[in-house]
Amino acid sequence: MRGAAPLLPAILVLLLTALPQAQEPAPLTLLSREGRRVIPSTMSGGREFVALDDIVSLFQVTVREEALTGGLTVAHQGRSIIVSTSQPLASVNGRAVALSAPAMRTGNRWSVPIDFLSSGLSLIYDQRIEVRRAARLVVVGDLRVPRVTARIDAVGPPARATIEISPATRASITTETGRLVIRLDADALDPTFPGDGTGLIEQIRLGDQPGTIAVVLADGAGQGRAVAADVGGITRINIDVAPDVPPPDTALLRTAPAGVPPLPPTRTRSPISTIVIDPGHGGDDVGARGRSGTEEKTLTLAVAQRVKALIEMRLGIRVILTRTADRRVSLSERAAVANNNKADLFLSLHLNAAPTAASTGAEVLGLRLDQQAADVRRVAGGEMTLPVFGGVTRSVDVIRWDLAQVRHTDASTAFARILEDQLRARVTMSARPRRAIPLRLLTSVNMPAALIEMAYLTNPGQERTVRSDTFQADIAQAILGAVQQFRSYLEERSAP
Amino acid sequence: MTRRRLVIGTTAVLALALIGWAVSREPPELASTASGPAASTTQPPPPPEGVPLINVTLFYGSADGETLVPVQREIALAEGLMAQGREILLAQLQPAPSPHLPVIPEGTALLAFYVTDRGDAFVDLSAEVSSNHQGGSSAELLTVYAVVNAVTANLPTVRRVQILINGQEADTLAGHVDLRNPLGRDQTIVSPS
Repeated sequence: MRGAAPLLPAILVLLLTALPQAQEPAPLTLLSREGRRVIPSTMSGGREFVALDDIVSLFQVTVREEALTGGLTVAHQGRSIIVSTSQPLASVNGRAVALSAPAMRTGNRWSVPIDFLSSGLSLIYDQRIEVRRAARLVVVGDLRVPRVTARIDAVGPPARATIEISPATRASITTETGRLVIRLDADALDPTFPGDGTGLIEQIRLGDQPGTIAVVLADGAGQGRAVAADVGGITRINIDVAPDVPPPDTALLRTAPAGVPPLPPTRTRSPISTIVIDPGHGGDDVGARGRSGTEEKTLTLAVAQRVKALIEMRLGIRVILTRTADRRVSLSERAAVANNNKADLFLSLHLNAAPTAASTGAEVLGLRLDQQAADVRRVAGGEMTLPVFGGVTRSVDVIRWDLAQVRHTDASTAFARILEDQLRARVTMSARPRRAIPLRLLTSVNMPAALIEMAYLTNPGQERTVRSDTFQADIAQAILGAVQQFRSYLEERSAP
Repeated sequence: MTRRRLVIGTTAVLALALIGWAVSREPPELASTASGPAASTTQPPPPPEGVPLINVTLFYGSADGETLVPVQREIALAEGLMAQGREILLAQLQPAPSPHLPVIPEGTALLAFYVTDRGDAFVDLSAEVSSNHQGGSSAELLTVYAVVNAVTANLPTVRRVQILINGQEADTLAGHVDLRNPLGRDQTIVSPS
């Protein structure tokens, strides 16, 4: 007890220095076309106040104290508002406006609660005044100050983060060493960022330039990838960051057969950076059903998730699923997911059915072109020249959405052949292991694509097999091997 | 007088010939609406006594479920392309004869059949062809090409067939085979009977 006595003055000094800080919040920043200005504020009785003197200089208003009524008249260009000094009220053209507190006198200075700016002054001012207390911003006029909310969804690897911008705002994304920089078409940002991450994404914060966001990557992170899309009036940016080198051995890796060697770490640009895996059916579209009640939609999703984890972990390739839950997704939507994400490869997973229980084995399906598509293919590859602003022209690829697959048939055939080989090494194949049919889904995907019928659910033995962990792991390994081999095929094809 | 009779007779013959040609031509619009109730059943009445029969090729699942098998069958000879097409399809929708396997879902009915001037046939089937389908691309291929091949194999003027469901264009029957455009005959899926 005696030992603590010398500490008392130090504690008192600390308390006294901390007290004023608690009463004075961070200053507000006024944003307008003229620039940024600081507005000091003070706290009293749990309310935040702004001095009327500051409002006079910032908004070019006049203030007159009314001795008879006991109020303050704030006027701007012939319009006025009376603020009560005894009640939390203001009056604009005879209409009462509630405020969080009455005007407050400190010495010879009057202060008003901060909501006076948006609830009172904005009614007589010639521009919109919006107070965003959390961001410490007062926005004057029609400035674009979108709200930016970021979160780290998965520490990883691979790490994932989502940034939502409301309202929807044009975003451009650039990759710099160790970070992604997102530039928004905005005058300022109203951000809510998460705390520092512990995985491959170290931090999401405001960038060095106004209107920018920096996604800072940790040591060991590979190149980040961000895709922006406008959804329901907001812009959503999904960020994926894979590790720079494959991680050490994991449970999934232990299931890898000897025939699939891990890839050495590489920094060269891969011909495959995004794959879309499509778990067939979903929701009220059950797909095929086995005698024991096994539903195609459930197994396709389970295998797709397994494939995604394996490819992302082993190859560092971004994998997008067309559905991640038991819901109906139209065939057009599935193709759109692949096309809009500019995927380099598309694979749809299904389970088969036949009129007899004897049918068995996996099949790889590709697209069979009809005469119309073949005609399109003959003339494909041309460009269309369109006029653009400035009196110049620009060449653009014109691709019919419903025949997008036409120009990838050679690569798709090669991928199907590789898939067949990889599957044959691990699972039972059908009597017709590979064929081309008029598949509705594949016609619209603008990248090499194939569909796998993994087994026949109408065969009771196969129905039992497909539910097993071993079978699903074998299918996933076969697909992993096929992706690796197809990547090599593309690299060789593009080599000079 | 004789000359007048000759003119009247010639005019009458020409008019009758014109009417006969117009009736036999059966424009698609008329054919599709005329197919109504009689065509909407999968149980065609047995050919009446004395009605001439023709031999047609229908397609059913092979015993191993892998392919279609062509099966010869006698059905009533009908007047005109549309009527004959309906007879063929009504027969195709009947249960498969043993030992062949059914490939058309149970409850499927023919709603309409018509052929355009370009030689594209449209087969309008009831919703059961989709809702009762067992799924799987293999089973779906068998269903689609049993219909397409039955029409194209027996009506030489028909080049391609588009399947409609309840009068509407459909993406697929069960999520795989593209039905948005007419399909030509596929012999690769057919094995010898």
